[in-house]
Amino acid sequence: MSDDALRVPGIDKIPLALIPAIALVALPLIPSLPTWVTLTVAGLAMGMMIFIMASGLTLVFGLMDVMNFAHGAFITIGAFVATSVLIPLAGWTQADSLWLNLGAIIPAILAAMAVAGALGLVFERVIIMPVYGQHLKQILITMGGLIVAEQSIHVIWGPDIIPLPKPATLRGSFIFGDIAIEKYRVVAVIVGLAVFAAMFLLLNRTRIGLLIRAGVEDSEMVESLGYRIRRVFVGVFVAGSALAGLGGVMWALYQETVSSAMGMQVMILIFIVIIIGGLGSVGGCFIGALLVGLVANYVGFLAPKIALGSNILLMVLILLWRPQGLYPVAKR
Amino acid sequence: MQRLLSGDYPRSRVLGIVLVLILAGLALAPFVFPGTRSLNVAAKICVFILLVASYDLLLGYTGIVSFAHTMFFGLGAYGIGIAATRLGPTWSGLAVGSLAALALSALLSLAIGLLSLRVKTIFFAMITLAVASFFAILASQLSWLTGGEDGLTYKLPELLLPGTKLLEAPLLGVVISGRIVSYYIVFAGALCLFLALLRVVNSPFGRVLQAIRENDFRAEAIGYRSVVYRSAANCLSALAATAAGILYAVWLRYVGPDTTLSLDIMIDILLMVVIGGMGTLYGAVIGATLFVIAQNYLQDLMKLASDAAAGIPLLPSLVHPDRWLLWLGILFVLSVYHFPAGIVGRLRGNK
Amino acid sequence: MSNLLALAGVNTHIGHYHILQGVDFVVPHGGLTVLLGRNGAGKTTCLRTIMGLWQASAGRIEFDGTDIARRSTPAVAQLGIGYVPESMGIFTGLTVSENLTLAARDGPLDERRLDWMFRFFPALKKFWHLPAGHLSGGQKQMLAIARAIIEPKKLLLVDEPTKGLAPAIIAHMVDAFRELKRTDTTILLVEQNFHFARTLGDTVAVMDSGRIVHSGSMNDLADDEAQQQKLLGLSLDAHQ
Ligand SMILES: Nc1ncnc2c1ncn2[C@@H]1O[C@H](COP(=O)(O)OP(=O)(O)OP(=O)(O)O)[C@@H](O)[C@H]1O
Ligand SMILES: [Mg+2]
Repeated sequence: MSDDALRVPGIDKIPLALIPAIALVALPLIPSLPTWVTLTVAGLAMGMMIFIMASGLTLVFGLMDVMNFAHGAFITIGAFVATSVLIPLAGWTQADSLWLNLGAIIPAILAAMAVAGALGLVFERVIIMPVYGQHLKQILITMGGLIVAEQSIHVIWGPDIIPLPKPATLRGSFIFGDIAIEKYRVVAVIVGLAVFAAMFLLLNRTRIGLLIRAGVEDSEMVESLGYRIRRVFVGVFVAGSALAGLGGVMWALYQETVSSAMGMQVMILIFIVIIIGGLGSVGGCFIGALLVGLVANYVGFLAPKIALGSNILLMVLILLWRPQGLYPVAKR
Repeated sequence: MQRLLSGDYPRSRVLGIVLVLILAGLALAPFVFPGTRSLNVAAKICVFILLVASYDLLLGYTGIVSFAHTMFFGLGAYGIGIAATRLGPTWSGLAVGSLAALALSALLSLAIGLLSLRVKTIFFAMITLAVASFFAILASQLSWLTGGEDGLTYKLPELLLPGTKLLEAPLLGVVISGRIVSYYIVFAGALCLFLALLRVVNSPFGRVLQAIRENDFRAEAIGYRSVVYRSAANCLSALAATAAGILYAVWLRYVGPDTTLSLDIMIDILLMVVIGGMGTLYGAVIGATLFVIAQNYLQDLMKLASDAAAGIPLLPSLVHPDRWLLWLGILFVLSVYHFPAGIVGRLRGNK
Repeated sequence: MSNLLALAGVNTHIGHYHILQGVDFVVPHGGLTVLLGRNGAGKTTCLRTIMGLWQASAGRIEFDGTDIARRSTPAVAQLGIGYVPESMGIFTGLTVSENLTLAARDGPLDERRLDWMFRFFPALKKFWHLPAGHLSGGQKQMLAIARAIIEPKKLLLVDEPTKGLAPAIIAHMVDAFRELKRTDTTILLVEQNFHFARTLGDTVAVMDSGRIVHSGSMNDLADDEAQQQKLLGLSLDAHQ
């Protein structure tokens, strides 16, 4: 046999190429280079935040065929918990010292992730476990969970929109000549890349990652090999909820407001992203999130009227090209 | 009676009595419950009974979860609103608006159905959620056509306006104004279409839908093209929702994103259908009636409780009038687990 | 010779359907038992019930003296039961090496055992880093079996390993199973191919419509043409 047979086929690179392709297509359409850079960074930052919020949802779906329509509640709760931590620490966040800022923001993020994760655990045990494999009930029950969660937020934090200013050191922009790049966006991109890298390493370099990837394909077979996939699933669910909490904090600081409706608003984008990426695929989710972020920002600048529809259009186009999304997940 | 109900009787004495009471209450509402607020509530109940029943055709009878139902509801309402604004308050204008809305709904629902009904329940739910939210945004963006966030307020033909008096003297102490005519148009429209839906679900077509819901694989094997049947159900349900939207717009003489298109209304519909009882059109009647009454009057009651509980920590905010959705949400979750056939199922004594 | 596995009055319902209607048979220690039966007889359902992938609604499944009928699938697997499903259950997105690494639950792959397996499944060595989805049908079947025996097992359940394989590959498969029988692995093999089954089997059980209709030694059945005809005629006619 020739050596060809031994070559390992790599991952499908066409979807990867879409991201630079879209950025390049936008370049001549946008009047000035500095604007293009600003929009590109904004798009990437938005994409990274959506990725952080969406990754857990898509992985949970891939692993156990569960779609949690209440995932948005974890986003909102994360944001509110962080707000509760940050508001009393306003002195630290508004001080012009990186260390004081970090001293406020890190506990806020940890608290948000811990509460969202713990809630994820409760949610999985109480709400989702009884309805495995029953898709219709799953959708209804998680919608119900969403209503209860949103209302509980009203009970605890009140129904009003709460302002949440960015920490002092994260305000303003880096200036390179006539190009201005918001600091916060750079931070969002870095955090997003870090989360993606950590997930990539976890999935591809560790035994638990191997187990997760196998479980996404065929959880019954993983059980037949003697693994308790349920435990892995609970772990992924909790981690995904905690990440949603982290994403919620980042999104809230980006918008500088927190409201009980924010989770549901982002959920629409998240659904679009994981459909585009291929339900269950983390890599697809990453690319989908960046695509959605970029398209939203470019179109928002070029034709603000249709900006909000542009993501739906993107989804429809991609589904016409690949009906299962960019990276279809092999299922038994 | 047999023909009117298509042989689908309440099959429970209590349910039968409640249904008759609701029917009588709605039929005589202008005389039994005079006053603007209670007539508003009665009209809303009529509209939502139709809307929820049409949703049940999808969810309960076909096993499809769609989040685009409010989109079709909104299409109907905006059809009337835009026609009345553009073409003036004429009957022909209303007819054009209604027909255009119905045609658009049919096309849209067929497109969505054929494109995505072959896929899994979850995928369909996600796609419809995205499409519906897109529509809601579209309605608030195209302000030149839809009035944007503010919506449209418009005039209707003379006969339907509150200022119009049909009889010189009050009848049974009630002034017979255009409002009353509007109410009876809404009532009659909702009743006829509800009975039509009842006929649909009890026809051979309806039984095929239920067979598909029970076991997609087997239904396909017996030879029914399940995608075709599901698309047809999706389309019928969309048309009925559009009709509900038309009636609602005739009643309100106003249309805006919050009254028809918002996700909150979609969630209300889910609550009504599940609490009333999925897969039983009578559940829609019970669910919608209870919900709309609760929405309008429960809050008064809760306000009393909330005031009474003042001073106790957390309790006042739990029974605060705005918290009624919290309790309904909990009720919803419990009913999905414990009585999926809802109130009607309970009354009928199902397991 | 005692029995490693014994099913008594096992019933399995799938949804509304009553599939296994009181299955009784035994798998003696150390040998290879063949489960025969025509299509739809319930053989696959039987293996899945043993693995806990369907829950038995009644009856006992005794493995090594304990009743495992109510245990979860991972618990059953951890007792030392390997399973090769009819669909092979290969993780197509994982490489051959990853498929085997995952199956070795107790730690890193044992080189000696790997070399032993490469002797009868050489293709696996060759395509070690290839995603398993790219393997041919026969190679996938080899991987599925290799995965089930990468660690020593007390009992191996194999569902129709010869399905869709060319005669040359089947001969190869016979060698592999002979090799496996030399270790002290007990095997329960579901088969349609009577020739293959006769070559390997020590004991045999025949299923029909969710029940065992015959069980005994393979030699006796192989010698008794009339009995074969009665029990298996249908399936042989339908398949040849
Ligand atoms: N998931 C399922 N749902 C409903 N019925 C099923 C399911 N799986 C199997 N059956 C039914 O159970 C019966 C036994 O099937 P099983 O797969 O055990 O047969 P088998 O003996 O393995 O057949 P074959 O030789 O064709 O593999 C068949 O009638 C089949 O239709
Ligand atoms: Mg089989």
